[in-house]
Amino acid sequence: MTNAPPSSVKLPAVVGLALAVGALIALSWWMGQQAYHWLPVQASTAAPLVDGLFSFETALGTFVFGGVSAVMLWVIVMHRADKYDESDAVPIEGNTKLEVIWTVIPLVIVMGIAVYAMRVGETLGSVGPMEHIHLAQPAEDQGGYPGDRLPAEQIEVVARQWSWEFRYPGAKVSSTELHLAVDQPVTFRLVSEDVIHGFYIPAFRLKQDVIPGRAINFNLTPTREGRYRLRDSQFSGTWFAANQADVVVESLDTYQQWLKQSASQPLQAGISDAVQQYEDRKKLKSPGWATVVPAPPPQVNVPGSNTLPHDA
Amino acid sequence: MSIQNPLGHFVNGQGLWLTAVALSGVSSIMGAVNFVTTILRMRAPGMGFFRMPIFCWTALAAQSLQLIGLPALTGGAVMLLMDLTFGTSFYEPEGGGDPVLYQHFFWFYSHPAVYVIILPVFGIFSELFPVYSRKPLFGYVYVAVASFLIVGLGLVVWVHHIFPSGVAQWMRNFFMFSTMLIAVPTGVKVFAWLGTIWRGKLRLTTPMLFCLGGLFNFVFAGVTGIMLATVPVDIHVSNTYFVVGHFHYVIYGAAVMGIFAAIYHWFPKFTGRMPYEGLGKVHFLLTFVGANLNFLPMHPLGLMGMPRRVSSYDPEFAFWNVLASLGAFLLGVSIIPYLLNMLSSWVRGEKAPANPWNAIGLEWLLPSPPAEDNFGENVPTVIARPYGYGTGLPLVENQQSYEQALQEA
Ligand SMILES: [Cu+2]
Repeated sequence: MTNAPPSSVKLPAVVGLALAVGALIALSWWMGQQAYHWLPVQASTAAPLVDGLFSFETALGTFVFGGVSAVMLWVIVMHRADKYDESDAVPIEGNTKLEVIWTVIPLVIVMGIAVYAMRVGETLGSVGPMEHIHLAQPAEDQGGYPGDRLPAEQIEVVARQWSWEFRYPGAKVSSTELHLAVDQPVTFRLVSEDVIHGFYIPAFRLKQDVIPGRAINFNLTPTREGRYRLRDSQFSGTWFAANQADVVVESLDTYQQWLKQSASQPLQAGISDAVQQYEDRKKLKSPGWATVVPAPPPQVNVPGSNTLPHDA
Repeated sequence: MSIQNPLGHFVNGQGLWLTAVALSGVSSIMGAVNFVTTILRMRAPGMGFFRMPIFCWTALAAQSLQLIGLPALTGGAVMLLMDLTFGTSFYEPEGGGDPVLYQHFFWFYSHPAVYVIILPVFGIFSELFPVYSRKPLFGYVYVAVASFLIVGLGLVVWVHHIFPSGVAQWMRNFFMFSTMLIAVPTGVKVFAWLGTIWRGKLRLTTPMLFCLGGLFNFVFAGVTGIMLATVPVDIHVSNTYFVVGHFHYVIYGAAVMGIFAAIYHWFPKFTGRMPYEGLGKVHFLLTFVGANLNFLPMHPLGLMGMPRRVSSYDPEFAFWNVLASLGAFLLGVSIIPYLLNMLSSWVRGEKAPANPWNAIGLEWLLPSPPAEDNFGENVPTVIARPYGYGTGLPLVENQQSYEQALQEA
C-alpha cells in the first residue's frame, strides 16, 4: 500500500512489526492462561474440555482484538492530519489481493474453531450425552430404557415454580439438596411441572433446559468433592432468582451412607425460598401485583441446606 | 412470556404486551416495504446500485431482514395471545403444543433484529470514516456486497440462542458453523474500515471519535460472539451475564455510539447549526468509559455462572455488579453534556455552512437545513461512486453549478 521505494522502509519496519507481533502473541498466550481463573472450579468431566476451548478462544480473541486495536492506535497517533491541514489523503480505493486475504484467513480460522468445538462437543457427548430427549419411546414401552442407566439408577429432577426436587427412585429417597457420588456417571431425568426451567450447575459447565411435557435424559460425571450451586437458567417468573439448590458431591461411601440414612427419614417440607419470600410479601401493607403462587415446598426425606458456603 | 395469567382478567399485562408486539410487527413490515421500495425505485438519476452510499445498502439489507423475519415474530406473538386469551394450545404441551416452538419464532426474527440495528450503523461507519480520514472507503464493492451476505447468513443462525433447549446435536453443529461464517463478511467490513483510516489524514472530531470507539467495542463484541457461537462454551454461558455483556457491547458499545456519531455528523444538516465540539468530546469520553465499565464486568459474572434476568444475586457476584452499576451511573451522566449540547447548539449554535465537514454526498450539495423538497426540479445526475475523497472528481454532473448556487444563497 506504499509508494515508497522498498529499501527505505524495510529493515526497521520489519523488525518493529516482528517485535510487535511477538509481543502480541505472548500477551495472547498469557491471556489464554488467565482465562482459566475467570471460571468456577472444575467439578465435572465436561469442565476441563469447556475451559480448554474457552482458553483457546480467549488467546485467539486477544490476538485479533489486540491486533485491530493496535492498528487503530497506530493510525490515531501517526496518521492524524496536522491542525490546519485541509488536504485529502492519497486516494487508495481498495486492493483485491488484501480482500482475498482477509476473507480467506478469517474463514479458515473460524472453521478451525468450529471443528475444534465440534470435537469437544462430541467428547462431551461421550462423557455425558446431552440429547437423550424423548417423548415416550417405543423401547421404553417395551421395557427398554432410555439413557445409559436403568430408571431405578436415574435421579429424577423435578423443576417447578419455584423449587427443585430430587428423587432417587432406587433408594426411595427424595431431597431438595442434590447429592452425587464423585467420579460416578449419573443420569438425570429432567421434568418440569409448569413452565420451562434451566438445570444449570456452573461448576459442571453444563446446562439443560427443562421443558414441560417432556422427560429429558441428561448425563454427567462429577469429578470433585464439594458443595456447588444449581441455578435455574431459564426465566420462570417472579421468584426465578430464588430458584436455586445446593449440589453436594461426596465420596461414593458417604453418598451411599447418605442415601441409606435419608431413606429412613420421615417426609417433611423441603426448601423453597420462593414460598418464604411469597409469605413475607403477603405481610406487607401493599403486597403489590398478583403473581403466580409458588408451589408448596415439596415433601421430602431430606430438606438439606442452601445457605452453607459453596465452592461455586 | 408465558401462558400463565395470575391476575385472571381477560385484559392483562401479557395480553397487552403481545398485542403491542403484533401491532408493531405489522407496522414495521409496512415500514420495511416503504424503505425497500424507496431505495429500489427513487434513487437519483445515474445512481446505480454500485454508486449508492453504503448507508443505503445497509438500510436496504436491514429492511429486507425485517420483511423476512418479522412475519415469524408477529405470527408467534399472535399465537401466544391466542393461547393466553382463547385457550388454544400452540405452545401448551397438554394440548399437543410445544413451548420451544415459541423460542424458534422469537429467535428467527430476534437474531436478525440485531442486524437490523447494527447494519445501518455499519453504514454510518462506512460513511464517516472516509469523511474524517479524507480517503475513499476501502473496497467499496466488497463492503456493499458483504451487507447482503450478512443478511443471508443472519437468517440461518437463530438456533444459537437456544442450544441448551434440547435441540439435536446436528442442529447444534449446523448453527455453530453458520454463525461462525458471519464473522467473514463482518470481518471484511472491519478490515475495510481499518484500510480506510490507514494512512489517512485523520480529524478526531466528535463523530470520528464515536466511530472509532464504536469500532473498538464492536470488535470486542465480535470476539465474545465467536465464543458464544461455539456450542460447548455457549452451553456454560448461555442465559448468563456473559450474553448480556456481549449483547450490550453490540447494542450500546457499537450501535448507540455509531448513532451518536451520525447525530453529530448530520446535526448541522438537520438544524443549520453547528454542535459544540468541547461538549461533544466530553460526551464521547463519558460514554466510552461508562459503556466499558458497565458492560465489561458482565463477562466475568457470566463466566462465574450468574444467570441473566434475576431480581437479586448471590453475594459472590457483588464485586463485578458494583463496578457495572458505577458504569451505568456514568452512562446516565454522559447524557447530560449530550442534551446540553443538542439543546444549546440548536438554539444558539454557530450557523452551519452547507458542507461543514467537507464531505461528499448529495445532501452536502444542499443548504443546511435543506429546503422541503430538497433539490426540487433540479435533481442532480450522479456520475461517480460515493466516496471520491482525494480524487478531486465530482460526484454529480455540473457539480460546480450546485456549489455556486450554495455560495450565492
Ligand atoms: Cu443471535
